[in-house]
Amino acid sequence: MASLKAGSKFRSAVCDAQVMVIKAPAGEHTLLCGGVAMLTGTETAAAGAAADPAQLGGTLIGKRYVNADESLELLCTKGGQGGMVFDGAALEIKQAKQLPSSD
Amino acid sequence: MNITTLLDMAAEAFGERTAVVCGDSALSYAELRERAQAGAQAALASGARHVGFLDVTGPAAPVALFAAAYAGLPYVPLNFRLTPAELNELAARIAPAYLVAGPEFLPLLTPRADIQTIPRADFLALPAAEALPEPAEDPRAIAVQLFTSGTTGKPKAAILRHENLMSYIVGTVEFASAEEDDAIVVTVPPYHIAGISSVLSSTYACRRMVQLDGFDAAAWLAACRQHGVSNAFLVPTMLQRIVEHLQTSGEAPALPALRAIAYGGGKMPLATIERAMVLFPQVDFTNAYGLTETSSTIAVLGPDDHRAAAASRDPAVQQRLASVGRATMAVELQIRDEDGRVLGPNQPGLVFVRGAQVSGEYLAQGSLLDADGWFPTRDRGWLDGEGFLFLDGRADDVIVRGGENISPGEIEAVLLDHAAVADAAVVAMPDAQWGEGVAAAIVLKPGAQATESELQTLVKQRLRSSRVPQRILFKSALPYNETGKLLRRVLRQDFV
Repeated sequence: MASLKAGSKFRSAVCDAQVMVIKAPAGEHTLLCGGVAMLTGTETAAAGAAADPAQLGGTLIGKRYVNADESLELLCTKGGQGGMVFDGAALEIKQAKQLPSSD
Repeated sequence: MNITTLLDMAAEAFGERTAVVCGDSALSYAELRERAQAGAQAALASGARHVGFLDVTGPAAPVALFAAAYAGLPYVPLNFRLTPAELNELAARIAPAYLVAGPEFLPLLTPRADIQTIPRADFLALPAAEALPEPAEDPRAIAVQLFTSGTTGKPKAAILRHENLMSYIVGTVEFASAEEDDAIVVTVPPYHIAGISSVLSSTYACRRMVQLDGFDAAAWLAACRQHGVSNAFLVPTMLQRIVEHLQTSGEAPALPALRAIAYGGGKMPLATIERAMVLFPQVDFTNAYGLTETSSTIAVLGPDDHRAAAASRDPAVQQRLASVGRATMAVELQIRDEDGRVLGPNQPGLVFVRGAQVSGEYLAQGSLLDADGWFPTRDRGWLDGEGFLFLDGRADDVIVRGGENISPGEIEAVLLDHAAVADAAVVAMPDAQWGEGVAAAIVLKPGAQATESELQTLVKQRLRSSRVPQRILFKSALPYNETGKLLRRVLRQDFV
């Protein structure tokens, strides 16, 4: 369980994926990547931590990931092989906004 | 949350790609990050609380912007056109500071113990950083502090927090969306919000930035050809000069790589954009409306809107070429009357905006957001039935004549319609009877003639007698700032 604050960073315990929290609901939540809890700050992966082969959907750099009601939004700052799961539900890529380049 | 994430991602994913080109010098995204971290180390070692920047556009500008962010300090670019007295006053307000300056501007600063100045060339040649502390994750930390031009009194320090800028960029730019060959030409000064948002947008898109010092139409066209420029941002005056240059020189508007021109920062004359669309039929034009306090763009009139307006016979659609477009998906817009009531479509009032990118905040004055997060832009305007925003000047420019609110824009439009008039501006003048009266400054076309009474009659016929300028001055030019904004406060002095 972890509290997710806007601006805080998490990294996968089992692949290269890194994310930054854009927004998150208050309270304690579980955030997994590759089936294993993601790490923040000085936390280190538990010995023998291994990815769940069924949880390797991949996380792509530059994509924003959201839960169903979009109360959680994460920006992937480094891609990895693991897929992310928040409170038991897989996160989806937020649809890219078609906006012409304005500056 | 820190804007350094944008550069870290670009440097990790496309480190070899050129980030910035200026004359003979160039930096890749990896080098831009390395230089910025070196700058951060030096700024931190100096004990500074701000990183200042006093120079023209060049590679040192994006380096200093990100150096400040890596150091966790606010970045404060100063307007190099200010007088030495004004500059030293602002420098004192950011002390203790680490201040990067061009060699021509260094002598303007009075030396003081709490400001460490560093010449631009030395700043770009600092030894690489050894181990930098991770920038704080606090989204509320100040990323950029911009001194507003100050229409009255001392310049105000507008602040943009990391969360405002990150929300703007991540919400409106797709990471690494630039093609390998894409390049944007940047001609806005580094102390302007458009200059800063341009660096952040291009970095996140992993796009090459081609920097030009100052603006000259011929040089701009040459740079576009030389560097295969695909994108450009221009203030309306610059586009006007490009159009005029092409017309008078007979130079072919051949810019095969150019795909998109975005413009903003002031009112675009209809004739200019119409002419530009004919000269550059392959180019996507985008009108971007934004303010310093909103981290740049909040409304966009996109390429399809431009083409639809140009092709339509429906006056309501044609008219949209004069609008600034619809709210981006990152913000909401609202029009309110003077008493705060929300107005419906086509009802003119005051423009309000809400969204995570909107800071609406000044250092001394605090936040101007209301309880529900809405920011009063002080721009006047209305939304049409489909959400297109039309602007009608600043609330502060409205002339209050005997209790009647008069917008300068409608009178200026009539005056500009006269065949002899090249430029026109309407401002308030003191009036013993009405409180304020209508005054106009006119620039005539070369060799053309028009009398004061002739112009007064024109306004009286088209509008009504209260709109008739009681005084008209003929001038050789109107006062504009470097981004093409009319300096009404300067003009008002002529009528005191």
